[in-house]
Amino acid sequence: MWIKPEDLTISQVQILNEAGDLVGELPDLTSAKLLDMYRYMVIARAYDERVVRLQRQGRVGTYAPFSGQEAAQVGSAFALEKSDWVFPSYREVPALWVHGVPLVNSLLYTMGHVHGARLPEGVNAFPVQIIIAGQTTQAMGSSLASHYLGDKLVSLCYLGDGATSQGDFHESLNFASVWKLPAIYLIQNNQWAISMPRTRQSGSQTLAQKGLAYGIPGIQVDGNDVLAVYQVTQEAVERARAGEGPSIIEAVTFRMGPHTTSDDPTRYRSAQELETWKQKDPIVRFKRYLLNEKLWDDGKEAALLQEAAEQIEQVVKASEGKPKGTLEESFDYVYESLTHRLREQKAAVAKKEVR
Amino acid sequence: MAVINMIEAINQALAGELEHDERVLILGEDVGHAGGVFRATDGLQAKFGERRVIDTPLAESAIIGASIGLAARGLRPVAEIQFLGFIYETMDQLASQAARMRLRTAGRIHLPMVVRSPYGGGVRTPELHSDSLEGLFLHSPGIKVVMPSSPYDAKGLLIAAIRDPDPVLFLEPMKLYRAFKEEVPEDSYTVEIGKAKVVQEGEDLTLITWGAAAPVATAAAKAWQDKHGGSIEVIDLRTIVPMDEEAVVKSVEKTGRAMIVHEAVKSGGAGAEVAAIISEKCMFSLLAPILRVTGFDTPYPAFSVEDDWLPNATRITAAIQEMLSYR
Repeated sequence: MWIKPEDLTISQVQILNEAGDLVGELPDLTSAKLLDMYRYMVIARAYDERVVRLQRQGRVGTYAPFSGQEAAQVGSAFALEKSDWVFPSYREVPALWVHGVPLVNSLLYTMGHVHGARLPEGVNAFPVQIIIAGQTTQAMGSSLASHYLGDKLVSLCYLGDGATSQGDFHESLNFASVWKLPAIYLIQNNQWAISMPRTRQSGSQTLAQKGLAYGIPGIQVDGNDVLAVYQVTQEAVERARAGEGPSIIEAVTFRMGPHTTSDDPTRYRSAQELETWKQKDPIVRFKRYLLNEKLWDDGKEAALLQEAAEQIEQVVKASEGKPKGTLEESFDYVYESLTHRLREQKAAVAKKEVR
Repeated sequence: MAVINMIEAINQALAGELEHDERVLILGEDVGHAGGVFRATDGLQAKFGERRVIDTPLAESAIIGASIGLAARGLRPVAEIQFLGFIYETMDQLASQAARMRLRTAGRIHLPMVVRSPYGGGVRTPELHSDSLEGLFLHSPGIKVVMPSSPYDAKGLLIAAIRDPDPVLFLEPMKLYRAFKEEVPEDSYTVEIGKAKVVQEGEDLTLITWGAAAPVATAAAKAWQDKHGGSIEVIDLRTIVPMDEEAVVKSVEKTGRAMIVHEAVKSGGAGAEVAAIISEKCMFSLLAPILRVTGFDTPYPAFSVEDDWLPNATRITAAIQEMLSYR
């Protein structure tokens, strides 16, 4: 009998609908934690908007905005322990921030600083990945290390819809499944891989089902619903820690901005599509819920926005105030110790010699 | 002292490091139960278990990506890529990922990982099994490239590579796996990465070589001396990255003549780098132009003609003659 994809039934998990009404079971989260999630999302959005403006002013380099994807990132990162490992792509500033990477680090990276990808000691994360899906096999290797060490740490790998077309993604899934590794592949399906729409990226009905052929369970979740993303990631984390193997989560979301500051999305996608997704804004939805639950009010909102502005001002100041760093330092980080040639070249740079 | 061949020396090095350091693990295609297609890892899984000697599914890029993840978490993976011709599958993970990690993270993450791979011609392999691709990695800062040519060096360099804090590509000339035996200490020892070996001292010409080409070049030099007299200094670089410039310069300043013998294609090969070093550092010691005897600038040919493609005694001898008669 032929196995037909259309026989597969896939339903999207949702806890908060677009109006902010509870339509599923509330995850086990304290009010303080809910408000903390909201705070991260709001400040992250303010950061994103500010960095885009900094780029327009020529104060930072090319930047990949994440607005619209705050719920997918904050919700999933909240399901981790600090000791777990995160493998981000380049659009994962909020997830990294939740996991302990200060915003200053992310901004320094965007500014092209030599320490931009040096994450603080004790933060278990890889620097952002530029090569699409390059992080997937590395996350699998990290989860193999957990398996080897028996430390129960989970490796959470972020990737996008476009990355599911790459060979590394598939190789990684296969290895992780064969060895039942504690890896979670969180696909933020933001509908567009630069100019390529999701429908033309893959013939699969969903990206959640990408793991089925590898023997990996998958789930599709409303990626703009922070509670639903938290809930399904939590379930995947529990499976991973229990030694039950990897999971795939497809968080259906939308990249509200351009691919990067060098991109003009009006060339390939309609204003109407953007408008439709604006109605599903993850922050607006979560705020509605918190207001309904009387956990939030206009006064608190105003104070939070004020806090966000001040905090980001501090981040910009701290980043721009940091000494630029030197080319000489780069020579020190090629190998543990300088080779003969690197020593010669470093000395030449120091003396401002021409070669 | 036991007299063993290169494959046995490599097996000893791996066994010793697995024994010595709980963080060391081996992964690759057919490395476990089967003991590797050349038996380099023979018996290791039986001795150290499936947890330490891991048979992977068949995907080279994932083997290297996994090694990066393992190394970043404090382990010391020794990956095998079954033949160097398959290394292109891993180029992103090796050249763009592993090699750059220390620099990208300004030292926060470093990757103590080894990638072993058999390479080289003359053994009648199918296509894409024989290529010498060290030049690709000479051009990729952040990764070391080690190419032994003897059992003793293979064991000492492999142990050094496994203990090295940075990624090391360890290239094993498959033609030499069982070509000859020599005395190799049973205990662990290291040979310093980045140090060339003076195979024989000489006054008239410096012959710089490494890996699979080294025994061929050395034999040609000895045969020349036996027949025509004179003395040829043979330097086995043993490591392509970092390259032992000092050994090359010191020798060429003494002899005034330099030729390079390697198996890889000529253009952009590591020999070009050696020639450039000589030009930059000791051009005024030169009594003759620098010559290279290498593979030709074709893709590696069908094996029925590989003996004519590889640098052989005839071509090396002709070059020696040309160099020594240059006025």
